[in-house]
Amino acid sequence: MLTAGIDIGSISTKAAVLADGKLLGSRVIFTGYNSEAAGKRVFEELLGELGMEAPAVRRIVSTGYGRNSVKFVDKAVTEIICHGTGAHFLNPLIRTVIDIGGQDSKAIVLDENGKVKNFAMNDKCAAGTGRFLEVMANALEADLDGFGEMSLKAERPAGISSLCTVFAESEVISLIAKGESRFNIIAGIHESIAARVSALANRVGIVPPVVMTGGVAKNAGVVKALEKKLGVPIEVSPFAQVNGAIGAAIIAAGLR
Amino acid sequence: MPQVLLYLLAKVKKLILHLKKQKKMKEIMTVYYMEAKSAGVGGRKVAWITSGGPVEPLIAMDVIPVYPENHGAMIGASKMGVGLCETAESMGYSPDLCSYARSDIACATVNGGPIGGLPRPDMLVCCNNICGTVLKWYEVQARYFDVPLFILDTPFCHVGFAEEAKRYVRKQLDEYINFLEKVCRKKMDHDRMKEVGKLSLEGQRLWQAVLDTTANRPAPMSAFDAFYHLALIVTLRGTPVVVEYYAQLLAKMKDRVVKGIGAVPNEKYRLLWDNIPIWPRTRWLSQKFAAHDACLVADTYTSAWCGTMKYIDENNFFDSMAEAYTRIYLNIGVDEMSRIVVGMVDKYQVDGIVMHSNRSCKPYSLGQYDIQRIVEKERGIPSLMIEADMVDERSFSESQVATRIDAFMEVIKQRKS
Repeated sequence: MLTAGIDIGSISTKAAVLADGKLLGSRVIFTGYNSEAAGKRVFEELLGELGMEAPAVRRIVSTGYGRNSVKFVDKAVTEIICHGTGAHFLNPLIRTVIDIGGQDSKAIVLDENGKVKNFAMNDKCAAGTGRFLEVMANALEADLDGFGEMSLKAERPAGISSLCTVFAESEVISLIAKGESRFNIIAGIHESIAARVSALANRVGIVPPVVMTGGVAKNAGVVKALEKKLGVPIEVSPFAQVNGAIGAAIIAAGLR
Repeated sequence: MPQVLLYLLAKVKKLILHLKKQKKMKEIMTVYYMEAKSAGVGGRKVAWITSGGPVEPLIAMDVIPVYPENHGAMIGASKMGVGLCETAESMGYSPDLCSYARSDIACATVNGGPIGGLPRPDMLVCCNNICGTVLKWYEVQARYFDVPLFILDTPFCHVGFAEEAKRYVRKQLDEYINFLEKVCRKKMDHDRMKEVGKLSLEGQRLWQAVLDTTANRPAPMSAFDAFYHLALIVTLRGTPVVVEYYAQLLAKMKDRVVKGIGAVPNEKYRLLWDNIPIWPRTRWLSQKFAAHDACLVADTYTSAWCGTMKYIDENNFFDSMAEAYTRIYLNIGVDEMSRIVVGMVDKYQVDGIVMHSNRSCKPYSLGQYDIQRIVEKERGIPSLMIEADMVDERSFSESQVATRIDAFMEVIKQRKS
């Protein structure tokens, strides 16, 4: 049976198609201002890539911030359950999922069956989210994709003390003015995110093994800073960014 | 007195008399605010008092108590909080200050809000058992209106209640009476005080009995209903109207229990609410939870106005209220708070706790993570933290809160399946 998951986030929209529990393909696009159109487009593009027609897909589950905006799905489920399910599917031993998305970061503790035991989400603040990194990349006129690599070249991460994205941005600008190296500033930004997210994760109680999902997991610098802060190794799957969509597709398979 | 004033007074009195016959919340509150607003004309005095303050001596002295915090809730519920908070901020008050304080301070200067401002006070009574903000807030208002201020200092009860604290608070009650006698220029009638004490306790008992009906499945009312019915035990405690109203409400709830009528049509999940309501969003929240077949059956907030009955001596209300007013929910340590919450989890058989981390109310929000951890450890139920504010809607993000509630309900459903 073919099932699909569509994860409409604040920055990017992801889709995954599964055939009887096997991942056939996935796709990521920018969400833009119209989340409904993005959900539709990513699904159609993925089907086109796989050479399939929409009616072939039996069930679809949507998730993410735009989950309720797409009308052609069978059910909308929150990111918490989808990321938990996706992480368990990719590695059943995983007990903690740290997901850093565009506007939310979350820590999810799973039981041995992949059910969510507990979760915590960031407070009403952009610090410690993907959006925070985006703002910083703009301030540094750097490519976000290169952020991870660049931070690994840092000699001494710069201290960024402000908890607020806007104030942190002005801190970064003054560090640039002082002539601080870009590598050190980026590493400092990663440490600031790690500090924020580890507080969240500790609140819910980390149980290893830990996996990181969401687009920010592609950034090796954030992963390294988080590992250092939490004192546990963190796995990153090559499907980190589409993990929520995969989870949604698995939930779709279980729908009656 | 000019003819026109006499005419208006007669009109108001007639209307009040008419409304008094009706035992509905809206009418009772309308009468209450009309009486308060026309107090000066009728020769009565008005005192502004904090929500946790001992109101009974005011009632016994025939002073009309007015609650800026109740007013704050009304401002929040009518979605007028943001405008008033902005006014206060332009006066120089920090956005980090309590939104009840900000809206009240602003409202006094512009006579805005849903009822055109509160009636001018003749005195202020401030009890710090609920928070420390009220001290500065009431000092500001005392200066603004140029009226006398009485401060009742209730030491924080980290563990238990020391004999020294008891004596300290009890001594201040005498000073409170002296203050009232001086401002009102009459002596306290202690027999009347006893009567008021009895009525207060009776009102509290009935309110607790009303809240207890939600231990039934399905719960005949929800915490959102309790937020509404609460107004009387806060504002008119110690008067007969409260006793009548809650006696009627109790009968109504008992009837719903017998008939099996629930507040949420298909109650499957039962939740406990912690902290002051998010007033501008109570309807949205109520519908949001109901859509998940979840009923918020109880809360730590409305039960605070009947939570210290065990310390009250029915035959000696005046002396015993020193302890009762000091040991309220917000003036005790986190360990005792947790015990109360665990007790409520058992009593109302809830599946989870919804905590409002209230940007305005620091004493209520501090310790929530500890309580969450303790309850989770002792009863194994999950809890959700919603970050918002009781009045200031600028601190509320609908889609973020919706996602957290949806995810929380999914977890509860997974656990119960």
